[in-house]
Amino acid sequence: MATAATAPENGLPATPESVVVRFAGDSGDGMQLTGGQFTLSTALAGNDLATFPDFPAEIRAPQGTLFGVSAFQINFGSREINTAGDAPDVLVAMNPAALKVNLAALKPGGLIIADTGAFTKRNLDKAKYDANPLEDDSLAQFDVLAFDISEKTIEAVKPFGLGNKDALRSKNMWTLGLALWMFDRPREPIHDWLKAKFKSKPDIADANIAALDAGHAYGETAELAGPLKQLHVDPVPSAPGLYRTVTGAEAVSLGLVAGAQLAELPMFFGGYPITPASAILHHLARLKEFGVTTFQAEDEIAAVCAAIGASYAGQLGVTSSSGPGIALKTEAIGLGIMTELPLVIVNSQRGGPSTGLPTKTEQSDLYQAVYGRNGDAPMPVIAASSPSDAFEVAIEACRIAVEYMTPVMLLTDGYIANAAEPWKVPDPSTFTPFPAKFLDKPNAVDDEGGETFLPYKRDEKGARPWVKPGTPGLMHRIGGIEKHELTGNIDYSPDNHQRMTDLRKGKVEGIAVPDQEVCLGETSGKLAVVGWGSTFGPIHRAVDNCRRAGLDVSHIHVRHIWPLPANLGELLRGFDHVLVPEMNTGQFKTVLRDQFLVDAEPLTKTSGQPFQIAELEAAIGKYFDGIEGNEGGQVAVNDDQLPSPQGGAE
Amino acid sequence: MNAPVKIETTLKDWETDQEVRWCPGCGDYAILKAVQRTLPQLGADPKNTVFISGIGCSSRFPYYVESYGFHTIHGRAPAFATGAKLANPDLDIWLVTGDGDGLSIGGNHLMHVLRRNVNMQIMLFNNEIYGLTKGQASPTSREGTKSPSTPIGSYDHPARPAAFALGAGARFVGRGFDVSKHLPDVLKAAHAHKGAAFIEIFQNCIVYNKDVFHDFAAPKGAEDQQLWLENGKPMLFAKDTKGITLNREKLCLEVVDVVDGDWESAGVIVHDVTNRSIAHMLVEMPFGPFPMALGVLYDDPRPTFEDAVIAERAKASEGKDANLAKLLGKGQTWTVSGTAQDPV
Repeated sequence: MATAATAPENGLPATPESVVVRFAGDSGDGMQLTGGQFTLSTALAGNDLATFPDFPAEIRAPQGTLFGVSAFQINFGSREINTAGDAPDVLVAMNPAALKVNLAALKPGGLIIADTGAFTKRNLDKAKYDANPLEDDSLAQFDVLAFDISEKTIEAVKPFGLGNKDALRSKNMWTLGLALWMFDRPREPIHDWLKAKFKSKPDIADANIAALDAGHAYGETAELAGPLKQLHVDPVPSAPGLYRTVTGAEAVSLGLVAGAQLAELPMFFGGYPITPASAILHHLARLKEFGVTTFQAEDEIAAVCAAIGASYAGQLGVTSSSGPGIALKTEAIGLGIMTELPLVIVNSQRGGPSTGLPTKTEQSDLYQAVYGRNGDAPMPVIAASSPSDAFEVAIEACRIAVEYMTPVMLLTDGYIANAAEPWKVPDPSTFTPFPAKFLDKPNAVDDEGGETFLPYKRDEKGARPWVKPGTPGLMHRIGGIEKHELTGNIDYSPDNHQRMTDLRKGKVEGIAVPDQEVCLGETSGKLAVVGWGSTFGPIHRAVDNCRRAGLDVSHIHVRHIWPLPANLGELLRGFDHVLVPEMNTGQFKTVLRDQFLVDAEPLTKTSGQPFQIAELEAAIGKYFDGIEGNEGGQVAVNDDQLPSPQGGAE
Repeated sequence: MNAPVKIETTLKDWETDQEVRWCPGCGDYAILKAVQRTLPQLGADPKNTVFISGIGCSSRFPYYVESYGFHTIHGRAPAFATGAKLANPDLDIWLVTGDGDGLSIGGNHLMHVLRRNVNMQIMLFNNEIYGLTKGQASPTSREGTKSPSTPIGSYDHPARPAAFALGAGARFVGRGFDVSKHLPDVLKAAHAHKGAAFIEIFQNCIVYNKDVFHDFAAPKGAEDQQLWLENGKPMLFAKDTKGITLNREKLCLEVVDVVDGDWESAGVIVHDVTNRSIAHMLVEMPFGPFPMALGVLYDDPRPTFEDAVIAERAKASEGKDANLAKLLGKGQTWTVSGTAQDPV
């Protein structure tokens, strides 16, 4: 949303508060790379930002096809940015398919930059265009800047003696160069990055740098009438300190490393490749000096089992996957609950059911996380609300696992895993350690007054002792069969099972969870919008906008999904209405209704895309229809803007 | 694994206070005793010894051994054991599984623990039946096995545990049976092998598959059908009146008669535990026309998984500073100080 800070003229103002740019091209066009580097330059320019990589599940989809389009959207600005933006102001379309797939999202009056060199008959056919949209008036409501980027790239890299095919690979850098000029960005960081990336192939580095410079020079020197002009987005005022960009997958990995250090434990990570969770395995595989062992197992089941085996032997066992893989791990998670061993399970959720939408985002594994096991198998569940929040949440997951001797599930999703945002680098010396305690001597007295060891005797938190094999005198056996409440020996007796069920339930329900705070607005009133996970950004912005329009609405964002904060029910009862937007069919809504008997109302979306701010504003507006404060139409009810209850809105 | 300190124990030291819950007469009792008898002979240390099992009759084993024990879930014991071994390579791990647990639901994990070569002893109790679930045909049941799930007789081809193990890349394959007095020797050889040591133990399920191994594993009178393999010794059986020779034209094993102990002129081959080709023939040798190959069929160690993991971690950590603050501030960063923002 380009909010005018100065008077708009033909599209964007010269100094917009925020701009949304979407780079779109073929899977092989390097759009994710372009977006990533543009993100870096944006961060270096001091803007706040949020990104949304949107790519197909196919690695190399057939060239030029509609399903092979890969896009990267970035929203950046001189004010706080909460989402990757509803509608792009600028669409860079590297081929006809990219234009076709992304045009509907573009803001009316938005700018299209298109590579005419790729708008060939063949590519137009593949994109199912009957006529070249750049040559008819079908794009009349937009500003169009079309020129032959392919040809200009070939020209720019000519001195390096590359064939046409190789030369065209630098097209994305030419485009990035133009974008850097457009937003008044230095090229040096990208130069440095290219030199480092192609260290062993200096020719390729030079060719890419030449393409980047040529794109930049084109913007600077070409007499471009109308749409293309240089824009400057001011830095956002932010707290002093060291910053970097971080994706959710990076933040989870770093948080786990930090968590293991705070627990004073080596970490064992068992993983199996799955989209979009693999990035965590990749990050951790490079952090072995931090006492991290990564184990790529033969399957999801072995990954979690090995992690539990490592926890049994005294390390911090961690596993990670996405919905289908979590389903496979479920039986082993039950064993972790039964044997009361620490374990962190990261679920980077994706669209489901079954294989579903591997590269798209959804929040539909909440029931799976909270309820999805055989038997009464309580397990704490916490959710990250943004890429940077995932760092803290990962530490919290480690803390709960170690202090309460329990598996913990950490929920992120495809959006958080892949999206990047600026992150103020935290100072580890400010973290509170929670060193793991291993029992190394008897913990009880027997009938004759002698020392004895009870493997299931609990501490004040309800946690049983952690005893490493190798400890003299404390040999014992554990397993998945119901066990005696103190000795841990097999015990099927009715009273004992009743007590053990109660103890396991009580332990998890008794986990210390901070009281729920209201992150925006009052602690009571007309409407509370209650979210969890990656919907934080759009909800926060929508509630903020509505509050500025005078509506009595608050934003509550829940991190601790299970157990829920003790005050949450009371808090929700202070509002006339509770609206729960979720990227599923209403799972958290059901939990809230069940736990607190509140009339939580669902707002659901399952299109594989994050909520748009406008969708949420429209949903909020509905509660204020005809009410004072909703005049002026800022958030007037518009049913067209609401996502359909069945999803598939996009 | 550090050089293990030998500990003096007796059989009694390895017994727990738990009541053993196998059926009276079950072959598992004999195997339990054989293991409890072997452990003191190995100088094993109860505090470093861990028995890890899956699900099934055999997998109750850890409850009855006074050491550390983990009774896990069906088929997955190799994965738990791999994690435990990587977390603490000093642990002496014994894996207990069965034909259903190890070859049906857990076939994948068994394959991978063997090919990775994680140092542990893997005892697969083969009774050719699902006992704990009341007698269904298992992946090792012979064709035609009548059971509640196969009332007219099973028709799938049985898996051969030792052949499976060798095919998966095992560097130690041993065989024994429950009541055999040689079983402790096989266990000792397996323990001496550094790497994943696979031992198939024929076990008599007296309730659901009684005496299926009787022809070679009866307590008495079946000795002539046992080929006990010893490294460097000729492959003789039936009181040295028969032996195994290699038909070099057809590349297969054959049984030959040995007259007056002259095995050399009969062409009987000498067992070389490091000969993988012969091992492949031994594990495939059909019982009936041939005796049952028992003892150490194959033993040729190679580097273990945990050693490779430790070496890789050391190499990857070389010269690197495990400083969390530095790690968090890695990559392309920028500093905000007042209003100026500079890349660093």
